[in-house]
Amino acid sequence: MDIGWFVVLSAFIFAIGAAGVLTRRSPLVILLCLELMLNAGNLALIAFSRMLGNQDGQVFALIVMVVAACEVVIGLGIIVAMYRRRLPIDVDQMNELRG
Amino acid sequence: MNPTGYGWLVLAFPLAGMLVVSLGWRVLPGRAAGWIASAAIGGAFASSIGMLLQLLDKPEESRSLVGTAYTYADTAGFRADLSILVDPLSVFMCLVVSGVSFLIHLYSLGYMTSDEGFARFFSYLNFFVFSMLLLILAANFVLLIVGWAFVGAASYLLISFWYRRSTATGAGIKAFVINVIGDVGLVIGTFLLFDGTGALDYAGVFAEAESAFGRNDGELVAACVMLLLGAFAKSAQVPLHTWLPDAMEGPTPVSALIHAATMVTAGVYLIARMHPLFELAPAAADVGAVVGAVTMLIAATIALAVTDLKRVIAYSTMSQIGYMIMGVSVAAYGAGLFHLMTHAFFKALLFMGAGSVIGAMGGVQSLDRMGGFRKAMPFTFVTFTIGALALAGFPLFSGFFSKDEILAFTLNRGGGYAVLAVVGYLAAALTAFYAFRMVFRVFFGAPVPEARELEEGHIAHADPANPATGEKEDTGVGFPGPEHHVAEKEPSMKAAMAPLALLAIVAGAMGIPGVTDTLEHFLEPTFEDSRFRETHPSEGEEWLGLIVGGAICLLGIAVAAVMYLRRPGSTARLRARLAPVHTFLENKWYFDELLTGLFVRPTAAFGRFGRTAIESVFVQGVLVGGAVSIVRAGTSFARAIQTGELRAYAFLLVAGFSGLVLYFLIVSI
Repeated sequence: MDIGWFVVLSAFIFAIGAAGVLTRRSPLVILLCLELMLNAGNLALIAFSRMLGNQDGQVFALIVMVVAACEVVIGLGIIVAMYRRRLPIDVDQMNELRG
Repeated sequence: MNPTGYGWLVLAFPLAGMLVVSLGWRVLPGRAAGWIASAAIGGAFASSIGMLLQLLDKPEESRSLVGTAYTYADTAGFRADLSILVDPLSVFMCLVVSGVSFLIHLYSLGYMTSDEGFARFFSYLNFFVFSMLLLILAANFVLLIVGWAFVGAASYLLISFWYRRSTATGAGIKAFVINVIGDVGLVIGTFLLFDGTGALDYAGVFAEAESAFGRNDGELVAACVMLLLGAFAKSAQVPLHTWLPDAMEGPTPVSALIHAATMVTAGVYLIARMHPLFELAPAAADVGAVVGAVTMLIAATIALAVTDLKRVIAYSTMSQIGYMIMGVSVAAYGAGLFHLMTHAFFKALLFMGAGSVIGAMGGVQSLDRMGGFRKAMPFTFVTFTIGALALAGFPLFSGFFSKDEILAFTLNRGGGYAVLAVVGYLAAALTAFYAFRMVFRVFFGAPVPEARELEEGHIAHADPANPATGEKEDTGVGFPGPEHHVAEKEPSMKAAMAPLALLAIVAGAMGIPGVTDTLEHFLEPTFEDSRFRETHPSEGEEWLGLIVGGAICLLGIAVAAVMYLRRPGSTARLRARLAPVHTFLENKWYFDELLTGLFVRPTAAFGRFGRTAIESVFVQGVLVGGAVSIVRAGTSFARAIQTGELRAYAFLLVAGFSGLVLYFLIVSI
């Protein structure tokens, strides 16, 4: 199978994820979209790994998954903490770092 | 202990005294600060004697020792040590400086008793003596410059000791600025010498000088003239002399210390120390001789017209230093240093006497207000008169032998130098006249009320006012103390003046032509490389000079006696007839005005221009303002993009990466 299809699919998923990050205001959805972007990357890594016939790409993909899992844990933790404090779950209202 | 060990002790005593007094003045009881400081200088004097005895034990050819404590810097072609040079010249200077300074400390114990700044005064005095001894003992130019600058700083501190008196602080600043001009000269001279010889220690420079420069080489003459600039500033020679009369704003012991025995003789010492260079550069030595002669004449004429007692003595100091500078510049080293020593004795004595008289007058310094103190102050009268006789060069007093020896040497050089010698004799006549003008106006004539009061046993009520301006002052810190002191009532002042009076009489015995040559013989190892070693006047010429000098002195005293004792009104008539001359002299030949017009005003104008044009327009406007506006613009941009919006950041990130990817895509195609 041609590598082009995989790369195109990966690019699509990445673009969907990026668009989600940019447009959605709920931190939960933004986290999901981030996962989407990471997995798009994973897809590309594995596709290229298959094409080249060595396993390095697969190892990278595993590491990315581990990192993504950690990220989700922390992200979800922050969201739960915000929920418990009755803070608005909206990234646009959390702009206290404005200079 | 070897001589250099004693040399380090000479330095250590005043330094320790200064540290103890200045750090411990709060806990020291009563007048302990003064006693500690005096003991420190006494220790330095004792160590100087130790140094002398050790040096006399050695054979003449090995009487020059260098002691090194540590090396400041040692790199390729450059070596600067913390080292002292002990040879007859430095031992001689140490003895004079520490000995006279010790007596001045004793005198100050009485004179400064009631001053609020008693301990501060003594810590300054010790610092001053330390600096002076450092200058004398230095074995290389680096340490010499350190001591030289320290002395300037100490003189600033002491002249503006009464720091709430505006005239005193002004005088201190003036002295410091002029001294710094001299320091710059000394530093430039050192650069030039280092440039030529590659050495910084005296021995290295002197050894290399002849091969590096050659006789009368332009660079060597320039270096020597720069050294002379330093010497002139320190020794108050024309035209850098204007600070010395103003320095009389300091307490009287300071005038005695700085302006008699020590600081002002630094220039003479410098020229004597650098004699191998000046002999290689006769043009520079001639500059020194001429300036010395000019100074002695100018100062002597001004001293005729000035009416402030201390300033008369200050101008006489300038004049006498002129003799010394001329002496060492015409290679009469022994004679110049002999006069330095005798002058230190009788001038310190004169200042001490003047301090006592000023004490009796309750702080007033004007000769016009004084008179008839002879009966009221017999001790001061006798000692002051001895000082004046020695200053005038009265036969058999110390100044008689030393001054005339310089003039005999100068005359012996012949040619143009004979003119300088004649100028010297002329100045000697003026000296005799103004010395006795002081004596007759202060001690003879009808007693003034203050003198009558003192005859009855109490000192005139002190008037706390600035003698220069008449401005009223209080007597707190920074102003003179409420009490005044006279030698008749203060044992410590008497104890200081009596030995000086004795020395002022007998010190001449160290150099009677044909009879004794103690001093010249002692100094010989230092000056044995002099090319003028064999050219000295014969005994007959020296005695002829002495007779002429004695006659001139008697003439001057006689004229003064006629004018002030036999016909007291004659001076007023003379003044009226010679009004323009008198005004000219009273304004000190307009040197202050000249220097103000030539240097101070243009510099101040340039400073104002710099402040308005350069500082406020260029520096503040362009440099500082430009930098500020760049930073401000940058930060406001950085603030603008810190929106706190998560999605905006994400957008920037994505846009940035997309831009990067696009760039590489375009490049790769």
